[in-house]
Amino acid sequence: MLPETLLEYPDAVAVQDAVVTGKYDRGELTLEIEPSRIVEVCARLKGEQQFVRMSDLTAVDRYPEEPRFEVIYHLHSLSRNTRLRLKCRVSGTKPAIDSVTPVWRGANWFEREVFDLFGIEFRNHPDLRRIMLPDDYEGHPLRKDYPVTGTRV
Amino acid sequence: MPSTLADREEQTVSAEKQTRRMTLNMGPQHPSTHGVLRLEIELDGETVVKATPEIGYLHTGIEKEFEVKTYQQAVPLTDRIDYLAPLSNNFAYSLAVEKLLGIEIPPHAQWQRVMLVELTRLNSHLVWLGTHALDIGAMTVFLYCMREREDILRIFEMYSGQRMMTSYIRIGGLALAPPRGWQDRVRKFIDAFPSKIDEYEDLLTNNRIWIGRTKGVGTVPVEDLLDLGVTGPMIRAAGIKWDARKENPHSSYEHFDFEIPTRTENDVYARYLVRVEEMRQSARIVKQALDGMPSGPWQADAPHVVLPEREKMKTQMESLIYHFKIVTEGFRVPEGEVYQVVESPRGELAYYVVSDGTSKPYRVHVHGPSFGNLQAIGEMAKGTMISDVIASMGSMDFVLGDTDR
Repeated sequence: MLPETLLEYPDAVAVQDAVVTGKYDRGELTLEIEPSRIVEVCARLKGEQQFVRMSDLTAVDRYPEEPRFEVIYHLHSLSRNTRLRLKCRVSGTKPAIDSVTPVWRGANWFEREVFDLFGIEFRNHPDLRRIMLPDDYEGHPLRKDYPVTGTRV
Repeated sequence: MPSTLADREEQTVSAEKQTRRMTLNMGPQHPSTHGVLRLEIELDGETVVKATPEIGYLHTGIEKEFEVKTYQQAVPLTDRIDYLAPLSNNFAYSLAVEKLLGIEIPPHAQWQRVMLVELTRLNSHLVWLGTHALDIGAMTVFLYCMREREDILRIFEMYSGQRMMTSYIRIGGLALAPPRGWQDRVRKFIDAFPSKIDEYEDLLTNNRIWIGRTKGVGTVPVEDLLDLGVTGPMIRAAGIKWDARKENPHSSYEHFDFEIPTRTENDVYARYLVRVEEMRQSARIVKQALDGMPSGPWQADAPHVVLPEREKMKTQMESLIYHFKIVTEGFRVPEGEVYQVVESPRGELAYYVVSDGTSKPYRVHVHGPSFGNLQAIGEMAKGTMISDVIASMGSMDFVLGDTDR
Protein backbone atom coordinates (compact mmCIF):
# COMPACT_ATOMS: atom_id res chain seq x y z
CA MET A 1 0.00 0.00 0.00
CA LEU A 2 1.37 3.33 -1.03
CA PRO A 3 0.99 5.97 1.72
CA GLU A 4 -1.21 8.85 0.61
CA THR A 5 1.52 11.39 1.17
CA LEU A 6 3.52 9.80 -1.65
CA LEU A 7 0.82 10.08 -4.32
CA GLU A 8 2.47 13.21 -5.72
CA TYR A 9 5.63 11.31 -6.70
CA PRO A 10 5.28 9.74 -10.16
CA ASP A 11 8.00 7.15 -9.44
CA ALA A 12 6.06 5.89 -6.45
CA VAL A 13 2.76 5.82 -8.33
CA ALA A 14 4.33 3.98 -11.27
CA VAL A 15 5.04 0.91 -9.16
CA GLN A 16 2.42 1.36 -6.44
CA ASP A 17 0.99 -2.13 -6.84
CA ALA A 18 4.25 -3.60 -5.51
CA VAL A 19 4.90 -1.05 -2.79
CA VAL A 20 4.63 -2.22 0.81
CA THR A 21 5.30 1.17 2.34
CA GLY A 22 7.35 4.23 1.66
CA LYS A 23 8.52 7.58 2.91
CA TYR A 24 9.87 10.88 1.75
CA ASP A 25 12.53 12.10 4.13
CA ARG A 26 15.27 14.74 3.81
CA GLY A 27 14.56 15.07 0.11
CA GLU A 28 14.96 11.37 -0.61
CA LEU A 29 12.20 9.02 -1.69
CA THR A 30 12.28 5.50 -0.27
CA LEU A 31 9.93 2.73 -1.38
CA GLU A 32 9.71 -0.65 0.26
CA ILE A 33 8.96 -3.25 -2.38
CA GLU A 34 7.69 -6.82 -2.05
CA PRO A 35 10.88 -8.90 -2.36
CA SER A 36 9.31 -11.38 -4.76
CA ARG A 37 8.60 -8.63 -7.29
CA ILE A 38 11.87 -6.70 -7.19
CA VAL A 39 13.11 -7.71 -10.65
CA GLU A 40 9.83 -6.83 -12.32
CA VAL A 41 9.68 -3.49 -10.49
CA CYS A 42 13.25 -2.62 -11.42
CA ALA A 43 12.66 -3.50 -15.06
CA ARG A 44 9.58 -1.28 -15.12
CA LEU A 45 11.39 1.61 -13.45
CA LYS A 46 14.24 1.28 -15.90
CA GLY A 47 11.94 1.10 -18.91
CA GLU A 48 9.20 3.56 -17.99
CA GLN A 49 10.84 5.97 -15.58
CA GLN A 50 14.29 6.13 -17.25
CA PHE A 51 16.25 4.82 -14.28
CA VAL A 52 19.08 3.74 -16.57
CA ARG A 53 21.62 3.48 -13.79
CA MET A 54 21.67 1.41 -10.68
CA SER A 55 24.11 3.51 -8.75
CA ASP A 56 24.37 1.38 -5.65
CA LEU A 57 23.20 -1.83 -4.02
CA THR A 58 23.84 -2.73 -0.42
CA ALA A 59 22.21 -4.21 2.66
CA VAL A 60 21.49 -3.32 6.27
CA ASP A 61 21.26 -5.88 9.04
CA ARG A 62 18.38 -5.11 11.46
CA TYR A 63 19.24 -7.95 13.81
CA PRO A 64 17.36 -9.12 15.92
CA GLU A 65 14.31 -7.85 14.02
CA GLU A 66 12.56 -10.16 11.61
CA PRO A 67 12.64 -9.96 8.57
CA ARG A 68 16.22 -9.31 9.43
CA PHE A 69 17.88 -7.85 6.33
CA GLU A 70 17.11 -4.85 4.21
CA VAL A 71 18.48 -4.96 0.69
CA ILE A 72 18.85 -1.39 -0.52
CA TYR A 73 18.87 -0.31 -4.17
CA HIS A 74 19.77 3.21 -5.23
CA LEU A 75 18.53 4.03 -8.70
CA HIS A 76 19.51 7.03 -10.70
CA SER A 77 17.90 8.62 -13.71
CA LEU A 78 20.31 10.84 -15.62
CA SER A 79 17.75 12.35 -17.96
CA ARG A 80 15.33 13.27 -15.15
CA ASN A 81 18.04 14.00 -12.57
CA THR A 82 16.21 11.92 -9.98
CA ARG A 83 17.26 9.34 -7.48
CA LEU A 84 15.15 6.66 -5.87
CA ARG A 85 15.80 4.23 -3.05
CA LEU A 86 14.17 0.82 -3.07
CA LYS A 87 14.18 -1.44 -0.07
CA CYS A 88 13.36 -5.12 0.27
CA ARG A 89 13.09 -6.90 3.59
CA VAL A 90 14.56 -10.38 3.58
CA SER A 91 14.19 -13.02 6.26
CA GLY A 92 17.14 -13.96 8.46
CA THR A 93 16.81 -17.70 7.93
CA LYS A 94 18.27 -18.64 4.57
CA PRO A 95 18.11 -15.06 3.24
CA ALA A 96 17.61 -14.95 -0.51
CA ILE A 97 16.27 -12.57 -3.14
CA ASP A 98 16.20 -12.50 -6.94
CA SER A 99 19.16 -10.94 -8.67
CA VAL A 100 18.64 -7.74 -10.63
CA THR A 101 21.56 -8.48 -12.96
CA PRO A 102 19.11 -9.14 -15.85
CA VAL A 103 18.06 -5.49 -15.53
CA TRP A 104 21.43 -3.85 -14.86
CA ARG A 105 24.57 -5.87 -15.53
CA GLY A 106 26.42 -3.58 -13.14
CA ALA A 107 24.56 -5.14 -10.21
CA ASN A 108 26.87 -8.14 -10.55
CA TRP A 109 29.66 -7.05 -8.22
CA PHE A 110 27.36 -5.24 -5.82
CA GLU A 111 25.34 -8.41 -5.29
CA ARG A 112 28.49 -10.44 -4.88
CA GLU A 113 29.61 -8.00 -2.21
CA VAL A 114 26.34 -8.30 -0.31
CA PHE A 115 26.49 -12.08 -0.66
CA ASP A 116 30.03 -12.06 0.67
CA LEU A 117 29.61 -9.71 3.60
CA PHE A 118 25.97 -10.38 4.60
CA GLY A 119 25.36 -13.90 3.32
CA ILE A 120 22.28 -13.01 1.31
CA GLU A 121 21.85 -15.26 -1.66
CA PHE A 122 20.92 -13.77 -5.03
CA ARG A 123 18.98 -16.20 -7.19
CA ASN A 124 19.82 -16.31 -10.92
CA HIS A 125 23.07 -14.44 -10.37
CA PRO A 126 25.56 -15.33 -13.13
CA ASP A 127 28.64 -15.62 -10.93
CA LEU A 128 27.76 -15.70 -7.24
CA ARG A 129 30.96 -16.13 -5.26
CA ARG A 130 32.82 -14.17 -2.63
CA ILE A 131 34.37 -10.96 -3.92
CA MET A 132 36.22 -9.34 -1.00
CA LEU A 133 37.10 -12.24 1.28
CA PRO A 134 38.92 -15.48 0.46
CA ASP A 135 36.73 -18.30 -0.87
CA ASP A 136 37.27 -20.44 2.22
CA TYR A 137 36.36 -17.70 4.69
CA GLU A 138 33.71 -18.55 7.25
CA GLY A 139 31.03 -16.10 8.30
CA HIS A 140 29.72 -12.80 7.01
CA PRO A 141 31.46 -9.86 8.71
CA LEU A 142 28.91 -7.10 8.17
CA ARG A 143 26.22 -9.00 10.06
CA LYS A 144 25.51 -7.43 13.43
CA ASP A 145 26.16 -10.67 15.29
CA TYR A 146 29.67 -10.92 13.85
CA PRO A 147 32.26 -9.52 16.30
CA VAL A 148 34.35 -6.51 15.33
CA THR A 149 37.43 -7.76 17.14
CA GLY A 150 38.53 -11.30 17.86
CA THR A 151 37.13 -13.01 20.95
CA ARG A 152 39.18 -12.44 24.07
CA VAL A 153 40.72 -15.39 25.83
CA MET B 1 62.73 -31.33 -49.54
CA PRO B 2 63.00 -31.34 -45.73
CA SER B 3 62.15 -27.95 -44.46
CA THR B 4 64.64 -25.86 -42.56
CA LEU B 5 64.57 -25.53 -38.80
CA ALA B 6 63.15 -22.04 -39.05
CA ASP B 7 60.30 -23.22 -41.26
CA ARG B 8 59.42 -26.00 -38.89
CA GLU B 9 59.42 -23.66 -35.94
CA GLU B 10 57.16 -21.31 -37.73
CA GLN B 11 54.75 -24.12 -38.49
CA THR B 12 54.59 -25.28 -34.88
CA VAL B 13 54.10 -21.75 -33.67
CA SER B 14 51.22 -21.13 -36.03
CA ALA B 15 49.67 -24.48 -35.10
CA GLU B 16 49.93 -23.63 -31.43
CA LYS B 17 48.52 -20.23 -32.08
CA GLN B 18 45.39 -21.79 -33.46
CA THR B 19 44.90 -24.33 -30.70
CA ARG B 20 46.47 -23.15 -27.48
CA ARG B 21 45.29 -20.36 -25.34
CA MET B 22 47.39 -18.96 -22.60
CA THR B 23 46.19 -17.71 -19.24
CA LEU B 24 48.15 -14.80 -17.93
CA ASN B 25 47.90 -13.48 -14.41
CA MET B 26 48.41 -9.78 -14.30
CA GLY B 27 48.87 -8.81 -10.68
CA PRO B 28 48.15 -8.65 -7.81
CA GLN B 29 51.68 -7.29 -7.66
CA HIS B 30 52.11 -6.23 -11.25
CA PRO B 31 53.39 -2.65 -11.27
CA SER B 32 50.98 -1.40 -13.89
CA THR B 33 47.86 -2.49 -12.04
CA HIS B 34 48.23 0.48 -9.66
CA GLY B 35 47.60 -1.48 -6.54
CA VAL B 36 46.62 -5.00 -5.77
CA LEU B 37 44.29 -5.85 -8.62
CA ARG B 38 44.56 -9.27 -10.18
CA LEU B 39 43.53 -9.57 -13.78
CA GLU B 40 43.16 -13.05 -15.17
CA ILE B 41 43.66 -12.75 -18.89
CA GLU B 42 42.99 -15.49 -21.38
CA LEU B 43 45.12 -14.91 -24.45
CA ASP B 44 44.96 -16.12 -27.99
CA GLY B 45 48.35 -15.03 -29.24
CA GLU B 46 48.46 -11.41 -28.23
CA THR B 47 44.71 -10.94 -28.37
CA VAL B 48 42.69 -10.96 -25.18
CA VAL B 49 39.82 -13.43 -25.28
CA LYS B 50 38.62 -12.82 -21.77
CA ALA B 51 39.73 -10.70 -18.86
CA THR B 52 38.41 -11.36 -15.38
CA PRO B 53 39.30 -8.91 -12.62
CA GLU B 54 39.71 -10.27 -9.10
CA ILE B 55 39.54 -7.74 -6.30
CA GLY B 56 39.47 -7.84 -2.52
CA TYR B 57 43.20 -7.94 -1.78
CA LEU B 58 42.90 -4.60 -0.03
CA HIS B 59 39.67 -5.27 1.84
CA THR B 60 40.06 -3.87 5.34
CA GLY B 61 36.53 -3.98 6.68
CA ILE B 62 36.21 -0.22 6.91
CA GLU B 63 32.41 -0.37 6.72
CA LYS B 64 32.34 -2.61 9.80
CA GLU B 65 34.73 -0.31 11.60
CA PHE B 66 32.41 2.64 11.06
CA GLU B 67 29.82 0.96 13.26
CA VAL B 68 31.98 1.06 16.40
CA LYS B 69 33.25 4.63 16.05
CA THR B 70 31.38 7.77 16.94
CA TYR B 71 30.44 9.91 13.96
CA GLN B 72 33.34 12.30 14.34
CA GLN B 73 35.85 9.51 15.08
CA ALA B 74 34.94 7.88 11.80
CA VAL B 75 36.24 10.77 9.69
CA PRO B 76 39.84 9.46 9.57
CA LEU B 77 38.51 6.16 8.23
CA THR B 78 37.18 7.96 5.19
CA ASP B 79 40.70 9.17 4.33
CA ARG B 80 41.86 5.65 3.96
CA ILE B 81 39.24 4.60 1.46
CA ASP B 82 40.46 6.48 -1.57
CA TYR B 83 43.98 7.46 -0.62
CA LEU B 84 44.42 9.73 -3.62
CA ALA B 85 41.33 11.75 -2.80
CA PRO B 86 41.05 11.76 1.00
CA LEU B 87 39.39 15.17 1.16
CA SER B 88 36.65 14.15 -1.28
CA ASN B 89 35.81 11.29 1.06
CA ASN B 90 35.89 13.50 4.18
CA PHE B 91 33.65 15.86 2.27
CA ALA B 92 31.04 13.30 1.20
CA TYR B 93 30.85 11.69 4.62
CA SER B 94 30.57 15.03 6.43
CA LEU B 95 27.85 16.21 4.06
CA ALA B 96 25.89 13.01 4.63
CA VAL B 97 26.02 13.30 8.42
CA GLU B 98 25.28 17.02 8.29
CA LYS B 99 22.21 16.24 6.22
CA LEU B 100 21.07 13.82 8.93
CA LEU B 101 21.78 16.38 11.64
CA GLY B 102 20.19 19.18 9.66
CA ILE B 103 22.92 21.70 10.38
CA GLU B 104 23.95 24.59 8.21
CA ILE B 105 27.60 25.13 7.33
CA PRO B 106 28.78 28.76 7.17
CA PRO B 107 29.84 30.08 3.72
CA HIS B 108 33.51 30.42 4.59
CA ALA B 109 33.75 26.74 5.49
CA GLN B 110 31.79 25.75 2.40
CA TRP B 111 34.15 27.67 0.12
CA GLN B 112 37.22 26.34 1.88
CA ARG B 113 35.82 22.86 1.36
CA VAL B 114 35.24 23.46 -2.33
CA MET B 115 38.74 24.83 -2.76
CA LEU B 116 40.34 21.92 -0.97
CA VAL B 117 38.27 19.33 -2.79
CA GLU B 118 39.27 20.85 -6.12
CA LEU B 119 42.92 20.80 -5.08
CA THR B 120 42.35 17.14 -4.27
CA ARG B 121 41.03 16.63 -7.77
CA LEU B 122 44.18 18.20 -9.17
CA ASN B 123 46.27 16.00 -6.90
CA SER B 124 44.48 12.86 -7.99
CA HIS B 125 44.48 13.73 -11.69
CA LEU B 126 48.20 14.47 -11.50
CA VAL B 127 48.93 11.04 -10.07
CA TRP B 128 46.67 9.52 -12.70
CA LEU B 129 48.33 11.39 -15.56
CA GLY B 130 51.84 10.61 -14.37
CA THR B 131 51.29 6.91 -13.85
CA HIS B 132 49.13 6.48 -16.93
CA ALA B 133 51.80 8.09 -19.11
CA LEU B 134 54.49 6.05 -17.38
CA ASP B 135 52.63 2.84 -18.20
CA ILE B 136 52.59 3.79 -21.83
CA GLY B 137 56.26 4.72 -21.75
CA ALA B 138 56.40 8.47 -21.23
CA MET B 139 58.68 8.90 -18.25
CA THR B 140 59.06 12.66 -18.16
CA VAL B 141 55.40 13.40 -17.57
CA PHE B 142 55.52 11.37 -14.39
CA LEU B 143 58.32 13.50 -12.99
CA TYR B 144 56.57 16.72 -13.95
CA CYS B 145 53.31 15.61 -12.36
CA MET B 146 54.95 14.55 -9.12
CA ARG B 147 56.62 17.96 -8.94
CA GLU B 148 53.26 19.76 -8.91
CA ARG B 149 51.64 17.16 -6.72
CA GLU B 150 54.29 17.85 -4.12
CA ASP B 151 53.18 21.48 -4.01
CA ILE B 152 49.58 20.42 -3.41
CA LEU B 153 50.59 17.99 -0.69
CA ARG B 154 52.53 20.81 0.98
CA ILE B 155 49.38 22.91 0.95
CA PHE B 156 47.50 20.03 2.58
CA GLU B 157 50.24 19.70 5.14
CA MET B 158 50.01 23.38 5.90
CA TYR B 159 46.28 23.05 6.44
CA SER B 160 46.05 19.86 8.40
CA GLY B 161 49.55 18.77 9.39
CA GLN B 162 49.19 15.73 7.14
CA ARG B 163 50.15 15.25 3.52
CA MET B 164 47.75 12.50 2.58
CA MET B 165 45.49 11.42 5.45
CA THR B 166 44.23 14.92 6.06
CA SER B 167 40.87 14.41 7.88
CA TYR B 168 40.54 18.14 7.51
CA ILE B 169 36.89 18.36 6.54
CA ARG B 170 34.91 17.40 9.62
CA ILE B 171 31.28 17.14 10.53
CA GLY B 172 30.22 20.71 11.27
CA GLY B 173 32.92 22.47 9.30
CA LEU B 174 36.68 22.13 9.26
CA ALA B 175 39.11 20.55 11.68
CA LEU B 176 41.11 23.69 12.39
CA ALA B 177 41.02 27.32 11.40
CA PRO B 178 42.67 27.79 7.98
CA PRO B 179 46.40 28.38 8.60
CA ARG B 180 47.96 31.81 8.50
CA GLY B 181 49.17 32.67 5.02
CA TRP B 182 47.10 30.08 3.16
CA GLN B 183 46.07 32.63 0.53
CA ASP B 184 49.65 33.32 -0.57
CA ARG B 185 50.51 29.67 -0.67
CA VAL B 186 47.50 28.63 -2.73
CA ARG B 187 47.77 31.65 -5.00
CA LYS B 188 51.41 31.02 -5.74
CA PHE B 189 50.57 27.49 -6.76
CA ILE B 190 47.42 28.16 -8.73
CA ASP B 191 48.86 31.11 -10.68
CA ALA B 192 51.64 28.91 -11.98
CA PHE B 193 49.56 25.80 -12.50
CA PRO B 194 47.86 26.47 -15.88
CA SER B 195 51.26 26.85 -17.51
CA LYS B 196 52.25 23.51 -16.00
CA ILE B 197 49.23 21.89 -17.67
CA ASP B 198 50.49 23.36 -20.95
CA GLU B 199 53.79 21.61 -20.29
CA TYR B 200 52.08 18.22 -19.93
CA GLU B 201 50.04 18.88 -23.02
CA ASP B 202 53.16 19.82 -24.97
CA LEU B 203 54.57 16.44 -24.11
CA LEU B 204 51.50 14.36 -24.87
CA THR B 205 48.58 15.86 -26.75
CA ASN B 206 50.22 15.88 -30.18
CA ASN B 207 52.76 13.19 -29.44
CA ARG B 208 52.58 10.54 -32.17
CA ILE B 209 53.38 7.64 -29.88
CA TRP B 210 50.85 8.79 -27.31
CA ILE B 211 48.15 9.15 -29.94
CA GLY B 212 49.06 5.81 -31.46
CA ARG B 213 48.75 4.06 -28.14
CA THR B 214 45.55 5.73 -26.98
CA LYS B 215 43.35 6.76 -29.92
CA GLY B 216 40.61 4.26 -30.66
CA VAL B 217 41.65 2.08 -27.72
CA GLY B 218 39.37 0.92 -24.94
CA THR B 219 36.03 1.85 -26.43
CA VAL B 220 32.87 0.38 -24.96
CA PRO B 221 29.41 1.45 -26.16
CA VAL B 222 28.03 4.17 -23.91
CA GLU B 223 24.89 2.17 -23.05
CA ASP B 224 27.11 -0.61 -21.74
CA LEU B 225 29.11 1.85 -19.68
CA LEU B 226 25.95 3.09 -17.98
CA ASP B 227 24.61 -0.42 -17.56
CA LEU B 228 27.82 -1.49 -15.87
CA GLY B 229 27.70 1.40 -13.41
CA VAL B 230 30.57 3.46 -14.80
CA THR B 231 30.68 7.13 -13.78
CA GLY B 232 32.87 10.20 -13.88
CA PRO B 233 35.36 11.16 -16.60
CA MET B 234 34.81 7.78 -18.25
CA ILE B 235 31.22 8.55 -19.20
CA ARG B 236 31.97 12.21 -19.84
CA ALA B 237 34.46 11.06 -22.47
CA ALA B 238 31.58 9.11 -24.00
CA GLY B 239 29.43 12.18 -24.42
CA ILE B 240 27.32 12.11 -21.26
CA LYS B 241 27.40 15.44 -19.54
CA TRP B 242 26.83 14.34 -16.00
CA ASP B 243 28.65 15.82 -13.05
CA ALA B 244 27.24 15.90 -9.53
CA ARG B 245 28.79 19.31 -8.96
CA LYS B 246 26.49 20.78 -11.60
CA GLU B 247 23.47 18.50 -11.40
CA ASN B 248 23.11 18.23 -7.62
CA PRO B 249 25.00 21.30 -6.42
CA HIS B 250 26.16 20.99 -2.83
CA SER B 251 28.32 23.15 -0.61
CA SER B 252 28.08 26.33 -2.73
CA TYR B 253 29.14 24.74 -6.02
CA GLU B 254 26.31 26.68 -7.65
CA HIS B 255 28.24 29.92 -7.03
CA PHE B 256 31.20 28.85 -9.13
CA ASP B 257 31.60 29.32 -12.83
CA PHE B 258 33.07 26.25 -14.49
CA GLU B 259 32.49 23.97 -17.46
CA ILE B 260 31.97 20.23 -17.57
CA PRO B 261 34.25 19.00 -20.36
CA THR B 262 32.90 16.19 -22.52
CA ARG B 263 34.10 14.31 -25.59
CA THR B 264 32.36 11.84 -27.80
CA GLU B 265 35.20 9.60 -28.99
CA ASN B 266 34.88 7.36 -25.93
CA ASP B 267 38.46 6.08 -26.09
CA VAL B 268 41.55 6.34 -23.92
CA TYR B 269 42.65 9.52 -25.68
CA ALA B 270 39.29 11.20 -25.07
CA ARG B 271 39.48 10.30 -21.38
CA TYR B 272 42.90 11.89 -21.29
CA LEU B 273 41.59 15.09 -22.88
CA VAL B 274 38.60 15.21 -20.52
CA ARG B 275 40.76 14.87 -17.43
CA VAL B 276 43.28 17.44 -18.60
CA GLU B 277 40.45 19.88 -19.24
CA GLU B 278 39.02 19.05 -15.82
CA MET B 279 42.33 20.10 -14.32
CA ARG B 280 42.02 23.48 -16.01
CA GLN B 281 38.46 23.85 -14.75
CA SER B 282 39.44 22.85 -11.22
CA ALA B 283 42.20 25.44 -11.33
CA ARG B 284 39.54 27.99 -12.31
CA ILE B 285 37.38 26.98 -9.34
CA VAL B 286 40.31 27.24 -6.93
CA LYS B 287 41.08 30.68 -8.26
CA GLN B 288 37.48 31.83 -7.87
CA ALA B 289 37.39 30.44 -4.34
CA LEU B 290 40.56 32.32 -3.56
CA ASP B 291 39.30 35.61 -4.95
CA GLY B 292 35.78 35.48 -3.57
CA MET B 293 36.30 33.67 -0.29
CA PRO B 294 33.63 34.93 2.12
CA SER B 295 34.81 35.72 5.62
CA GLY B 296 33.21 34.31 8.70
CA PRO B 297 33.36 31.32 10.98
CA TRP B 298 34.85 28.02 9.79
CA GLN B 299 32.55 25.93 11.95
CA ALA B 300 28.80 25.62 12.14
CA ASP B 301 26.87 27.27 14.91
CA ALA B 302 25.92 23.95 16.46
CA PRO B 303 27.26 23.65 20.01
CA HIS B 304 25.96 20.10 20.33
CA VAL B 305 28.12 18.97 17.38
CA VAL B 306 31.29 21.05 17.14
CA LEU B 307 33.78 21.47 19.93
CA PRO B 308 33.75 24.88 21.66
CA GLU B 309 36.67 27.22 21.22
CA ARG B 310 39.61 26.48 23.45
CA GLU B 311 39.40 29.86 25.12
CA LYS B 312 35.71 29.42 26.00
CA MET B 313 36.25 25.88 27.15
CA LYS B 314 38.81 27.11 29.66
CA THR B 315 36.69 29.93 31.00
CA GLN B 316 33.02 28.99 30.69
CA MET B 317 31.34 26.15 32.54
CA GLU B 318 28.77 25.46 29.83
CA SER B 319 31.38 25.17 27.12
CA LEU B 320 33.38 22.84 29.30
CA ILE B 321 30.36 20.58 29.73
CA TYR B 322 29.71 20.53 25.97
CA HIS B 323 33.37 19.79 25.34
CA PHE B 324 33.34 16.93 27.80
CA LYS B 325 30.11 15.46 26.42
CA ILE B 326 31.18 15.64 22.77
CA VAL B 327 34.61 14.17 23.43
CA THR B 328 33.45 11.34 25.66
CA GLU B 329 30.14 10.36 24.09
CA GLY B 330 30.04 11.98 20.71
CA PHE B 331 26.81 13.58 19.53
CA ARG B 332 23.50 11.91 18.82
CA VAL B 333 22.29 11.94 15.25
CA PRO B 334 18.54 11.81 14.54
CA GLU B 335 17.18 8.60 13.12
CA GLY B 336 17.10 8.33 9.35
CA GLU B 337 19.06 7.46 6.26
CA VAL B 338 20.72 9.57 3.59
CA TYR B 339 22.55 8.92 0.36
CA GLN B 340 24.97 11.75 -0.31
CA VAL B 341 26.58 11.98 -3.71
CA VAL B 342 29.62 14.08 -4.57
CA GLU B 343 31.82 14.14 -7.64
CA SER B 344 35.14 12.64 -6.66
CA PRO B 345 38.05 12.76 -9.15
CA ARG B 346 37.11 9.25 -10.25
CA GLY B 347 33.37 9.71 -10.57
CA GLU B 348 30.31 9.41 -8.41
CA LEU B 349 31.27 8.93 -4.79
CA ALA B 350 28.37 8.30 -2.44
CA TYR B 351 27.97 7.70 1.26
CA TYR B 352 24.89 5.88 2.46
CA VAL B 353 24.60 6.56 6.18
CA VAL B 354 21.93 4.96 8.36
CA SER B 355 21.40 6.35 11.83
CA ASP B 356 19.42 4.74 14.65
CA GLY B 357 19.49 7.83 16.83
CA THR B 358 22.64 6.97 18.81
CA SER B 359 26.09 8.52 18.64
CA LYS B 360 27.50 5.81 16.37
CA PRO B 361 26.40 5.15 12.80
CA TYR B 362 24.20 2.07 12.45
CA ARG B 363 25.53 1.40 8.99
CA VAL B 364 27.75 3.28 6.56
CA HIS B 365 28.08 2.09 3.01
CA VAL B 366 30.60 3.70 0.74
CA HIS B 367 29.91 3.61 -2.94
CA GLY B 368 33.36 4.16 -4.35
CA PRO B 369 33.48 5.19 -7.99
CA SER B 370 36.32 2.75 -8.74
CA PHE B 371 34.09 -0.20 -7.86
CA GLY B 372 31.62 0.53 -10.62
CA ASN B 373 34.28 1.66 -13.07
CA LEU B 374 36.41 -1.43 -12.66
CA GLN B 375 33.53 -3.69 -13.62
CA ALA B 376 33.93 -2.48 -17.19
CA ILE B 377 37.51 -3.72 -17.58
CA GLY B 378 36.41 -7.17 -18.81
CA GLU B 379 34.27 -5.60 -21.48
CA MET B 380 36.95 -3.10 -22.41
CA ALA B 381 39.77 -5.59 -22.73
CA LYS B 382 37.89 -8.19 -24.74
CA GLY B 383 39.25 -8.54 -28.26
CA THR B 384 42.06 -6.00 -27.83
CA MET B 385 45.81 -6.52 -27.77
CA ILE B 386 47.46 -7.19 -24.45
CA SER B 387 49.38 -3.93 -24.54
CA ASP B 388 46.11 -2.07 -24.97
CA VAL B 389 44.85 -3.54 -21.71
CA ILE B 390 47.47 -1.47 -19.91
CA ALA B 391 46.31 1.68 -21.67
CA SER B 392 42.64 0.88 -20.95
CA MET B 393 43.33 0.18 -17.32
CA GLY B 394 45.27 3.38 -16.94
CA SER B 395 42.41 5.36 -18.45
CA MET B 396 40.01 4.05 -15.79
CA ASP B 397 41.96 5.67 -12.98
CA PHE B 398 40.87 3.27 -10.27
CA VAL B 399 42.17 3.14 -6.74
CA LEU B 400 42.04 -0.26 -5.14
CA GLY B 401 41.43 1.13 -1.67
CA ASP B 402 38.27 2.60 -3.10
CA THR B 403 37.10 -0.68 -4.65
CA ASP B 404 37.91 -2.98 -1.76
CA ARG B 405 37.34 -0.72 1.25
